[in-house]
Amino acid sequence: MKTPILEAQHLDKFFPGPEPFQVLKDITLSIGKGEFITIIGKSGCGKSSLLYLLSTLDTNYKGSLSINGTRVTGLSESALSRFRNEHIGFVFQFHYLLPEFTVLQNIMIPALRLGRLSREAIEQRAMDILKQLDIDDIAAKPSGKLSGGQQQRVAIARALINNPGIIMADEPTGNLDSINTKIVFDIFHELSRQGNTILAVTHDRDFAARSDRIIEMMDGRIK
Amino acid sequence: MKLPVNFMISGTELLARKKQSVIAMLGVMFGIAMFIFMISFMKGVNKFIEDMMLAAIPDIHIYNDIRTDYTHSVTEAWLHQDSSKIVVVHHPRPSKIRLNLKDPGRIIADLKTTPEVAVVSPLSSTQVFFNYGPVQLNGMLDGVDIYAEDRVFNLTEKMVSGHPEDLLTTDKGILLGQGLADKLNVVKGDLITLASPTGTVMRFRVAGTFSFGMSAIDNIKAYTTQAGVQQLLGKDRDYITDIRIRLHDLSQAKATAILLGRKYGYKSEDWETTNPSIKTGNMIRDTLTWVVSITLLTVAGFGIYNIMNMVITSKMKDIAILKAQGFSGRDILTIFLSQSLVIGILGAVFGLGLGYALSYGMSRVPFPQGEITSLKYFPVVFDTRYYLLGAAFGILTTFVAGVMPARKAGRVDPVAILRS
Ligand SMILES: Nc1ncnc2c1ncn2[C@@H]1O[C@H](COP(=O)(O)OP(=O)(O)OP(=O)(O)O)[C@@H](O)[C@H]1O
Ligand SMILES: [Mg+2]
Repeated sequence: MKTPILEAQHLDKFFPGPEPFQVLKDITLSIGKGEFITIIGKSGCGKSSLLYLLSTLDTNYKGSLSINGTRVTGLSESALSRFRNEHIGFVFQFHYLLPEFTVLQNIMIPALRLGRLSREAIEQRAMDILKQLDIDDIAAKPSGKLSGGQQQRVAIARALINNPGIIMADEPTGNLDSINTKIVFDIFHELSRQGNTILAVTHDRDFAARSDRIIEMMDGRIK
Repeated sequence: MKLPVNFMISGTELLARKKQSVIAMLGVMFGIAMFIFMISFMKGVNKFIEDMMLAAIPDIHIYNDIRTDYTHSVTEAWLHQDSSKIVVVHHPRPSKIRLNLKDPGRIIADLKTTPEVAVVSPLSSTQVFFNYGPVQLNGMLDGVDIYAEDRVFNLTEKMVSGHPEDLLTTDKGILLGQGLADKLNVVKGDLITLASPTGTVMRFRVAGTFSFGMSAIDNIKAYTTQAGVQQLLGKDRDYITDIRIRLHDLSQAKATAILLGRKYGYKSEDWETTNPSIKTGNMIRDTLTWVVSITLLTVAGFGIYNIMNMVITSKMKDIAILKAQGFSGRDILTIFLSQSLVIGILGAVFGLGLGYALSYGMSRVPFPQGEITSLKYFPVVFDTRYYLLGAAFGILTTFVAGVMPARKAGRVDPVAILRS
């Protein structure tokens, strides 16, 4: 077993209401550095809920969570923001770029927020990533004017900019045609090959089959 | 280095919706421009009225007020101050009213050593009839030390014909208000007859005419020497009825008047008490200015509040993305609040400019000529303090209006947005 980059213990999550609904039940899992893990399961089984929890966006849960050796459970909102900024890259199902900004700016923003490198260095790094994903020609375009496939690749580039400890993706191809789906899957495989830790929710059995480990969920539990 | 990126995002978003930003800014701009314009103009009017009135009234006026309370003298005379008896005097008839000040020399000498006092002008005043041919007019004759009076009222500037000193070089000279002279149809050099309330008649030669620009004065008032009035009334050289005072500091008038009144035991009124309408007028104009300005700025504030609320509602997704990428609630608040503040600051700057332009324009509009000839243009005051106040006001308004939507943005739950 490699050194764990993410460790979750006994995670429980409830949605409050007249009839409280337990969406996650006693989830314990550990992800090693460099692992490529896919989460699969039927619609509504709690995959997205788990991902929001593991990405520290959702703090309303029971259990404990550590990422990169830091116990993130119980940290303040601003501390979690800083932590996310530095350690987690997120790719959504819908590509969610900031439409007023160019592709390059969208990618640079998380790094500017982190403020570790100079603007020039950040721009250089953003261009390198764009080149690696073969979309450096659209760097100056407003992000609102891109095709879905291009947008998703930009979103992946943005997730990579701060060299995060773990990349999380929630159905990153859920909204793409087959050609773009293949491109995005290939990118994830390439990133994995380069040593990135990836945790992706997917419905695609083939994609899952090519990952290091599959976590199958059912009714809020890991099977 | 997290501030610059927040401001970069803020600025880009502002520019991306120029129209909305400009409209919000125009609201603030007009609010502040109106504030500057109104306050400059209203303060100009206040100052003009104050200056005009003050040019015609002394800062402090000391005189012997006619008392209508005679009980004291009655008790003293008849009952020898026996406090066990209650005396009720119905409708007493005044007897032997003294209008003059006792021992005026002492009071004047004392006033001249009072540090707050700049000029002391003692005078003996009386009602008179002015006669010229068949015309007979009622008026006031002030027997003054013309140099002191000149320093109190700046008579030299108010002379229409002749000079104040001509009073001294002319035998039995008199200076007439221009309105009075017009009604009597006399000019400098003419002889007129004056009749005192006691029936004495004397002839005076018109040495000059003056105009205060207020008909209430110009139509009834005349100046002569103290000796002239004392002679007309058959009084001695000590007969002084009033003392007019100019102070070094106008704002000290009220306090000083009270002090002097208590000291000498005579009625001592400051200019505000004599002319309550000045203060009332000032207050009404000031209130109007503030009400209108605050209303306009509040409307502008609601405009910003509305626009920012709309912007934030339409930007929920972007907020969720930023949060997912590591922007804290505070960062988001900074981004949206800074947008409001930029709108406010730009609005304030342009508003001050427009306000200045409007005020300047107003100060160049000729004032309709009439009774008040001293005024050539509409009165406008240019005072940096109003501009600072206007800027502070505008920025405060936008801050208040921007803070609520920005806080709402800062509290957005990214999970709720990403799920939907
Ligand atoms: N705010 C909420 N309040 C109550 N129940 C919720 C809420 N959000 C989600 N759920 C429920 O939680 C369950 C898990 O939802 P989740 O989105 O995690 O599923 P999922 O596995 O990602 O499904 P999908 O494959 O369709 O994306 C669903 O049954 C959903 O109806
Ligand atoms: Mg889901």
